[in-house]
Amino acid sequence: MNEIIDGLYREGEPIADTKAPDGPIEKRWERRRFEAKLVNPANRRKLEIIVVGTGLAGSSASATLGEAGYQVKAFYYQDSARRAHSIAAQGGINAAKNYKEDGDSVFRLFYDTVKGGDYRSRESNVYRLAEVSASIIDQCVAQGVPFAREYGGYLDTRSFGGVQVSRTFYARGQTGQQLLIGAYQALSRQVAAGTVTEYSRHEMLELIVVDGKARGIVARDMVTGEIETHLADAVVLATGGYGNVFFLSTNAMGCNVTAAWRAHRKGAHFANPCFTQIHPTCIPVSGDHQSKLTLMSESLRNDGRIWVPQRAEDCPKDPREIGEADRDYYLERIYPSFGNLVPRDIASRAAKNVCDSGRGVGPGGKGVYLDFADAIERLGRGAVEAKYGNLFDMYARITGENPYETPMRIYPAVHYTMGGLWVDYDLQSSIPGLFVAGEANFSDHGANRLGASALMQGLADGYFVLPNTIRDYLASGPYPAVDEDHPEVVAAIESVTTRLTTLLSRRGTRSVDSYHRELGHIMWEYCGMSRTEEGLRTAIDAIRELRTEYWENVNVPGTGESLNQSLERAGRVADFLELGELMCIDALHRRESCGGHFRAESQTPEGEALRDDENYAYVAAWEWGGEAGLPVLHKEGLEYDYVEMKQRSYK
Amino acid sequence: MKIVMALSGAFFVLYVLAHMYGNLKMFAGQEAFDSYAFHLRELGEPILPYEGALWLIRVALVGALFAHAGSAFYLWKRANEARRTRYAVKRAAAASLSSKTMRWGGVTLLLFLAFHLMQFTFHTFEVGGSFLGPYDRVYGAFQVWWVVAIYLAALGALGMHLKHGVWSAAQTLGLTSTPRAARHAKATAVATGVVVAGGFALPPLSILLGLI
Amino acid sequence: MRITLKIWRQASATAAGEFATYDLDEVSPDMSFLEMLDVLNEGLTAAGLDPVAFDSDCREGICGSCGLMIDGLAHGPERTTTCQLHMRSMKDGATITVEPWRGDSMTVIKDCVVDRSALDRIVQAGGYVSVNTGAAPDAHAVPVPKAKADRAFTAAACISCGACVAACPNASAMLFLGAKVTHLGELPQGQPERDARVVAMARQHDAEGFGGCTNIGECAAACPKEIPLDVISQLNKDLRHAMAKGL
Repeated sequence: MNEIIDGLYREGEPIADTKAPDGPIEKRWERRRFEAKLVNPANRRKLEIIVVGTGLAGSSASATLGEAGYQVKAFYYQDSARRAHSIAAQGGINAAKNYKEDGDSVFRLFYDTVKGGDYRSRESNVYRLAEVSASIIDQCVAQGVPFAREYGGYLDTRSFGGVQVSRTFYARGQTGQQLLIGAYQALSRQVAAGTVTEYSRHEMLELIVVDGKARGIVARDMVTGEIETHLADAVVLATGGYGNVFFLSTNAMGCNVTAAWRAHRKGAHFANPCFTQIHPTCIPVSGDHQSKLTLMSESLRNDGRIWVPQRAEDCPKDPREIGEADRDYYLERIYPSFGNLVPRDIASRAAKNVCDSGRGVGPGGKGVYLDFADAIERLGRGAVEAKYGNLFDMYARITGENPYETPMRIYPAVHYTMGGLWVDYDLQSSIPGLFVAGEANFSDHGANRLGASALMQGLADGYFVLPNTIRDYLASGPYPAVDEDHPEVVAAIESVTTRLTTLLSRRGTRSVDSYHRELGHIMWEYCGMSRTEEGLRTAIDAIRELRTEYWENVNVPGTGESLNQSLERAGRVADFLELGELMCIDALHRRESCGGHFRAESQTPEGEALRDDENYAYVAAWEWGGEAGLPVLHKEGLEYDYVEMKQRSYK
Repeated sequence: MKIVMALSGAFFVLYVLAHMYGNLKMFAGQEAFDSYAFHLRELGEPILPYEGALWLIRVALVGALFAHAGSAFYLWKRANEARRTRYAVKRAAAASLSSKTMRWGGVTLLLFLAFHLMQFTFHTFEVGGSFLGPYDRVYGAFQVWWVVAIYLAALGALGMHLKHGVWSAAQTLGLTSTPRAARHAKATAVATGVVVAGGFALPPLSILLGLI
Repeated sequence: MRITLKIWRQASATAAGEFATYDLDEVSPDMSFLEMLDVLNEGLTAAGLDPVAFDSDCREGICGSCGLMIDGLAHGPERTTTCQLHMRSMKDGATITVEPWRGDSMTVIKDCVVDRSALDRIVQAGGYVSVNTGAAPDAHAVPVPKAKADRAFTAAACISCGACVAACPNASAMLFLGAKVTHLGELPQGQPERDARVVAMARQHDAEGFGGCTNIGECAAACPKEIPLDVISQLNKDLRHAMAKGL
């Protein structure tokens, strides 16, 4: 424990998920639901649960807990619960319904997800996810989610990157929106029923831990600036991922790691922070003004063909003038059986490789073509328009180019973070009473997430898993009442106030955004699609330096007593500056390639990710080492009883 | 409130169509027109007394007028209260002229109505001479160019009011919930506006131009 | 590009507001409108001034956070959200007037940030299907005709940005309301509560102080999701049916 490794961290005791039942995998969830203690309906009314975030996981959890009769307080930074970034998910949601009778099953979804995650996720969790996936579709249909349907009136499905069955349910290119509105409506119903109280434009700035248990949060009312204490019997974080550490990502402007990071600093382990997903089909960066990147649904890869010119000197040419023979459909060439439908990490890395070889197109050579000419010829323009019209329009609006006539340009962008707060099978973090759901936890996707699985996981956690597991914790109470004068509460408030005052008092020379951009640049350069020992060390030093400068020189105008968007961002960037370092440390310590984590030192002769199962088949759960201390690594070993660990192959 | 407006409006539409039909009898000559005016008073006899039906219609019209204008002013007030701070710059993206002029157009029609009733119903004043029969009175009045001008202006306002009003009533009564129904309602609205304004305009214009 | 911005500044909900004028010299046509405002704010911050507050989140046209009145048009001259409006739609050298949504049911919180919680309360009044988690039958138990599912989707595409209210001369939220009523009313799952829903939601709409619809059509023209005006007719029809049943 005392030995410093790589000069960066220490190693602590291994940890284990003690909640997952053993026995046959298909019986585990049933068993856990039975063994988890129940709370008497009369007692539920007396129990308060705080839910932070109202994306798919947060809204569905709040609604379901409200229906069960608990007193729920739902917090979100947006002005309406329906604006959480789940709303932007386009493609679809997986479910093992096997409506197409194409050989799908719970086991196949489980298998695909474990394999797609490059064998870095837990079998029990993933099996449960596949098992409840079918109920999600039932629930959403009953809520009135207008999924795409066939003429017979039954649900339509499509296939998605990385799998060979058609199990993805969708609502045009706005599946996330429709699912979130369904959950939001369920939440609204509970608000009307009085079981859920909403706190809009509120940002959680600290977790309150009393006697080792999560007992509440400190939140800032973003309109009045008031710092509020909210106490409860349990706290649920459903606060999404941390992709915005890269500044440019497909996340919303407001997405942040603050809630999760504050919890981490209070003792919650942060697992696999370096597992980030780079999505292959985003609109390339157009200039320095860029504030975010826009994803285009991966479903485009079903009909579009990806290529770059064979020769670098053809790159500046009008793509329509480059003949078939001079094009390199590199995905079809390298991966003949999956072609353009290889998983995201593979497609992204392949794009980076061809661009690094000088054959990228568009500004800065950072782009590849996604060509629909063949599809338009084969299906007709009308059919392509019906299928992808909204995406084509979006592309045209952003780039000013007409994708029906010239091929689109795409480039990978940070999209999703598989890492997150460590949780056990019950979704409970290493702080008792603190539960984490959706993208904010690390649990189900391993080192790479398959397309259309994020929506599935968010809703599985919120509707079906968490409400069943949190009761076990609550039934073990009652926990002694905490009042607002408790020293831990007072200390939490004080630390928040001090932090805000410090940020406001610097009045330095650089804006919050300029630091954020610089951090993002470091992360993308050294902790992006390809990572090296040397690069990560450079990044760690650079981030530390940037962080020190930030706290001395940041310029946050205005006051804390009213709406102050600069101050909101300042707090978030401060946390990103700490997280970024941990991500690099995690990436450095994991000297293997797996899924979205590609270490240049660990690849096969063909340039594919090379796992090192002997040494790294574990979850890296990091414990906060204190302000001046070093992070402590706890390993949770991964065992595979149902899926054989293989080198992934999509050739 | 809006249903009241729609239904009272629909009643007015029926009334103006009937009224227009009557006016067109000008073309059938003095006798036809006068006897039409006279028969209006005998309508429903002997079950109703002389002028009974006419008075029933008049009462219904006054009632509808109060309902229509009352609901209009109520909605106008509500709209004002719903946005007390105005935009510094506001452009219309889709609003038609007829929809934008609905309120002031309605007020104009109200003023015109007073003028029209004083002239042809109460005979508060007469233009172009003093007459005994309705045909002569109408014929005399529309010899005067400025009377015709006032009527034409009012008919223009009426046509516009009807164009948006008929469409709006269909929409308010929920008759346009498919794109097809909406297209039909729009066409009906335009037709109503054109037919009514045109139909009413024919007699005065013909008189002024000496065609009758 | 060079542009001059005349933008609404208001310190708080209770403070009086006024327009401030700023010149921007280096605007790229590839910037989104909001990125142009980011550039403005960077400049204001560097000059020690308070940056302009405005709502935005996803910046890909789906969350509904952003919304500005640009030269008198909700979301500006293109039929899209403010975040998807690009500077190439603006004229070089133009003076652009930017205001928050206005309406007594959507008051200004600061600068161009407005309070749209009234829209949430309309949904809370009945914009849902009352089904508890776990109580759902198999998704294929009830087929839904494709045409109905498609129309429901078209209506459900509403992002609650408030542009319809902002553009409406009456500050009415009937398009928003009609969209939700149509979305749920088209689906078999929405039938049991159809009458009660429309009455409760319409009542809440009026109680919030939104104006009444006079069928002008500005809302549908401003809607970035192209929700058609016929949802208002559907709303009226449903309301009439519900009232006929004595609700």
